[in-house]
Amino acid sequence: MTDPLNAVTEKEKGHDLPDSPRSVGWTRPERALLADEDTPLPLDCGENLYPVTVEFETYGKLSAAKDNAVFILHALSGDAHAAGWDAEWEKHKRPWRKDRPGWWDEMIGPGKAFDASRYFVVCANLLGSCYGTTGPWETNPRTGKPYGLDFPVVTVEDWVRLHVRLQDYLGIEKLLAVAGGSLGGQQALAWAINYPDRIRSAVIMAASARIGAQGLAFNAVGREAILSDPCFHEGQYYQHEPPRCGLELARMLGHITYLSQRSMEGKFGRRFQNGTEPGYRLNKEFCVESYLEHQGRSFVQRFDANSYLYLTRAMDYYDAAGTGSGLEAACSAIKARLLLMSFSSDWLYPPEDTREVAKAMLANKKPVSYIEIPSDYGHDAFLLEADQTSPLVASFLGRCD
Amino acid sequence: MANHERWDHCLIYKLIETGASVLDLGCGSGELLGRLVKQKQVCGQAVEADPRRVAEAICCGVDVYQKDMDRGLPEFKTGAFDYVILEKTLQVLYQPMVVMEEMLRIGKSCIVTFPNFNYREVVGTLTSTGRMPVTSSLPYQWYETPNIHLFTILDFLDWVDEHGIEIVDGYAWSNNRSWPVDLPADSREAEELLFVLQK
Repeated sequence: MTDPLNAVTEKEKGHDLPDSPRSVGWTRPERALLADEDTPLPLDCGENLYPVTVEFETYGKLSAAKDNAVFILHALSGDAHAAGWDAEWEKHKRPWRKDRPGWWDEMIGPGKAFDASRYFVVCANLLGSCYGTTGPWETNPRTGKPYGLDFPVVTVEDWVRLHVRLQDYLGIEKLLAVAGGSLGGQQALAWAINYPDRIRSAVIMAASARIGAQGLAFNAVGREAILSDPCFHEGQYYQHEPPRCGLELARMLGHITYLSQRSMEGKFGRRFQNGTEPGYRLNKEFCVESYLEHQGRSFVQRFDANSYLYLTRAMDYYDAAGTGSGLEAACSAIKARLLLMSFSSDWLYPPEDTREVAKAMLANKKPVSYIEIPSDYGHDAFLLEADQTSPLVASFLGRCD
Repeated sequence: MANHERWDHCLIYKLIETGASVLDLGCGSGELLGRLVKQKQVCGQAVEADPRRVAEAICCGVDVYQKDMDRGLPEFKTGAFDYVILEKTLQVLYQPMVVMEEMLRIGKSCIVTFPNFNYREVVGTLTSTGRMPVTSSLPYQWYETPNIHLFTILDFLDWVDEHGIEIVDGYAWSNNRSWPVDLPADSREAEELLFVLQK
């Protein structure tokens, strides 16, 4: 399974194995039914959704006072498996988890930024995603068929509403922190604004109050690739061949936005995939082409095309400023301490956009930490710059503790 | 100045009341504000341009907003803080007077410290050697100094007078000793100065 192309996507660094003192070890996903007929989940689109099941994982121990819980919020393609090694990858048919730990393992574990020997760390899969939480892949009890495009359009605020139910389910009145990057950072901000009394702090990385027009445009093209795939069948492809080409294209496009010009130059430059001379052919000539194709192909093994449509739409809709009153007014509700981190080469959520949230906090006379971390990794930096971000997160959480 | 405590830190620590709100501009690694937050329960906010120092200050337990203050500070509301602090930074700014005016707008009181180019030793070195002085307060060779706007205490007083700014308190420092400043008598005796200002 070790793939030389994957090695360039991640920092060349050994993983902490399950028996390492810095790993949370073997993990098992849990599930909770958080909305049923009597307690449906109200959605921003007006629908009341039930049943809703959420898959989540926890690491570390909840203190007797229940005051040490940190909720990790995943981004577009993430899942509840944020750290450690999945002991049940075979049972749930998730072979991609066999050879690698959770997606934020560099940040979560004993002695790491989100110190699992000190904090109770929770991570849950998003509504509409495809890793155990209710989504378009799941059977609609009213039709007996997968939801497909009958699944309601969900928003970042809906996700937070649902995750607050998980917070209640776990008996945690106030979270020590919520934390995430990218779409995860937007959830953290939404949590701070909509549930000011339920969290004490928020760590927001590579995210802002809203994605810009350029980001909307990339998401639109990604969705269009899926929708125009002949295998899409109006989202009811679960009995057939899924729209692999469309999802692959969407992921390739996405990956361009996660890198930076400099990181692409550094990794691939204009190098040829084979040899040093042009082969005078149209397919897969340059290294960067092979890289994108590899990213696309491995993604379709593990992600659902409908989920991609729903999650990117939620990302589009999120606007912390709301429709009228503006970001400053929205941030007036915040009681949590905020740590905002942007990355110098991120052009999907540029530093100046993250700064707007800091400015809105200052305008409300609320203290805030905002740092622009120098990095060539582009938007992916929030996953790859753990060496730079860990001490900041650890100190910040220690202070909120 | 690495190992012993900075005189301006000591004095500012004493001048600021418990529980006050404090904006520290150019906070460096955040030691002073960190101490004020922990020991005097001030409500603190720092501003710093250098990301390495921002990181250090965050690790010091301070809320830091990364920003180059030469670009103005419009995100801070008028009268938002009891104190705005600017320590030994005025002389490195491109627009020192813009920043001073912003400080006086944002803070009910401002505390500013700076090296005095009219200090006896500075002027003495310049006139006796004919070369740019290198002293404990101005420790750089001409080609590596960040100090682009060097000035004397008298220059500063002129500016204060012209802009209707009130000096509430002032201290001089030299030879490891600080005292309430007497001007213009101390204009050659003070290596560094600290003023509390209001407008």
